[in-house]
Amino acid sequence: MAEVATSDRSFYDEVLEATPQGDRLKLCLQCGMCTGVCPHGFAMDFPPRSLIAALRADDLEPILESDMIWLCMSCFACTAVCPAQIPLTKGLLARLKTEMLVRGKVPSELQTALENTRRYGNTLGESPRRRPAWASDLTVPVPIMAQVKEPVDVLWFVGDYASYHPRVQSVSKAMARIFQALGISFGILGPDENSDGDVQRLAGERGLFELMAQKNGKAFGRCQFNEVVTTDPHAYNVFKNEYPAQGFAFPVRHYTQFLAEHLEQLKPLLRHEQKYKVTYHDPCSLGRANNNGIYEEPRQLLQAIPGVELVEMPHNRANTICCGAGGGGNWLDGFVWERAHARTSEWRVKEALDAGAQILAVACPYETPRFEDAVKSTGHEGELIVKDIAELLADALADAAVE
Amino acid sequence: MNIVVPVKFVPDLVEELEIDKSGVALDRTYMRLIPSEQDEHALEQALLLKERYGGTVTVVTLDTGDVDEALFTAIAKGADHVVKVLGDGFAEGINNHAASSVLQAALKDIAFDLILTGTQATDDLDGSTGPLLAARLGLPFVGYVTGVEQEDGKIVARKEYPGGLVAEMEVALPAVLGIQAAEKPPRYVVTSLVMEAMKTAKIEEVEAGQAEGGGAAEVARMYLPESSERAEMIEGNVDHVADALVTVFRDRGLLA
Repeated sequence: MAEVATSDRSFYDEVLEATPQGDRLKLCLQCGMCTGVCPHGFAMDFPPRSLIAALRADDLEPILESDMIWLCMSCFACTAVCPAQIPLTKGLLARLKTEMLVRGKVPSELQTALENTRRYGNTLGESPRRRPAWASDLTVPVPIMAQVKEPVDVLWFVGDYASYHPRVQSVSKAMARIFQALGISFGILGPDENSDGDVQRLAGERGLFELMAQKNGKAFGRCQFNEVVTTDPHAYNVFKNEYPAQGFAFPVRHYTQFLAEHLEQLKPLLRHEQKYKVTYHDPCSLGRANNNGIYEEPRQLLQAIPGVELVEMPHNRANTICCGAGGGGNWLDGFVWERAHARTSEWRVKEALDAGAQILAVACPYETPRFEDAVKSTGHEGELIVKDIAELLADALADAAVE
Repeated sequence: MNIVVPVKFVPDLVEELEIDKSGVALDRTYMRLIPSEQDEHALEQALLLKERYGGTVTVVTLDTGDVDEALFTAIAKGADHVVKVLGDGFAEGINNHAASSVLQAALKDIAFDLILTGTQATDDLDGSTGPLLAARLGLPFVGYVTGVEQEDGKIVARKEYPGGLVAEMEVALPAVLGIQAAEKPPRYVVTSLVMEAMKTAKIEEVEAGQAEGGGAAEVARMYLPESSERAEMIEGNVDHVADALVTVFRDRGLLA
């Protein structure tokens, strides 16, 4: 198997050859910017700079003996600052995680999430049949493509957390109301939707990503649609940048892009004033990952809500701080706490409060539950509201538009 | 040491269970079946023993339908052979007496030193397949095992008793052990290795002989747990429920 290290070539050479632009590893100057910017670098035995130095010396074993690679949340901070543009996150770091997985050295909570993905097509271990159940008590119809068998403009890829997690289901319900208010023809895959595979891929489980890509790609192939719109930045990232190489290319936009384009139509419907100071947390996958660069559209949407005053946190746009969920991090909370005694989500909540925000606005399904937990664990319950942009927009929709 | 691991497929609790029209069995129309969790532990223990002492691991399962992926996963984890026993009625479920007789026949041409089953399956919690199989084969049986060592042609099985007691029992080979938990949690195997096994490995198939199901208990009625009349439901908001609970605890002497 290509994923299992063979003995005659060094791991360094193998990563160099197997990763697109992997040969840029040769350009590493050991400047250390990657290590400096890494939010967990302080707790790692081998932060990225030391990792490259050790691999150049063909000293792989001490790295694999340490389990510190699991502190990497695939936030792309190191990749974004690297002056030599080395594909650290999706090349070197993901490949090391693969090596750990092959050796069975994976924290148990993450193992469960990966096993759930393979068996049920979602990380939560929920019934695939119940994937569209969140929409069952809605007055807004949410058509399932395989049932209606009609072409739609927008194929909405909902995602795991937005389908099953009780907190994030309310974001999905808000999104359905917005689609309806704008008169968009849309549908979902329902039981045919599988996990997008992005976090599994970045956690080193490339084969599992390929399996998910095949299942979703085939499901997309059975539907007629103009574009895929997703509420999940990870799905956006992986559909845009990784699915084409698996043979599945289609137009895809994050919902903030889609709604920003419909802003002139949306604005007159936003009649309920929301008098709040709001700050926005840039998800790694929308911004610096693969230079996706979606920074302004979410802010345009927030500023279109009457009464909202947008304030910025010190870390914004390409300089955002990861919520801690990427690359499998969502299932490594206990592991990270044991090693680092810090949570990036708590850091972020403190920044939001320091910026004077009353609402922390997010655009990724992992973030509402993570930041709500962090508000409580930092002792600030009641001082900061965490809401997805879709929820804030739905709150502002005039009732007439909802009915 | 050559080890056989019989794996039972049980209902996946991810889907809600329903009782069929007969009132004595589960409705299997939309039921998913997955390997019983303790059988996954038996497989892990077998793989650990193979890594420690050499030998082979053979997984045997009754064909209840979608069992191939689990068998290929076992290969990817390190099993050497996987055997599917073909027969009628397995998908509907057969009792443990019948299962042990089918397994005995399926093992006819397989050389083994040790059989590891889960101590009990998660569906019937009956725990009888291992002992019944041992009785049919005329072999010793030890259940509730959480660790195995090999010493001079014998094994020492670590058996758990209630109350935190542990016994180390010498067992002559061949033998049958019921595994309560493997020495380590069941391992992860990457998807690419499972896919590779699907392309390269072969599932051996054997026809089941006549199943002998006599002697098993019969289900007279299957039903959901009935709520006791003594149960008192406390309704209302959080503060009210909390106050009511404190009152209940005080009344029963659980709080001062």
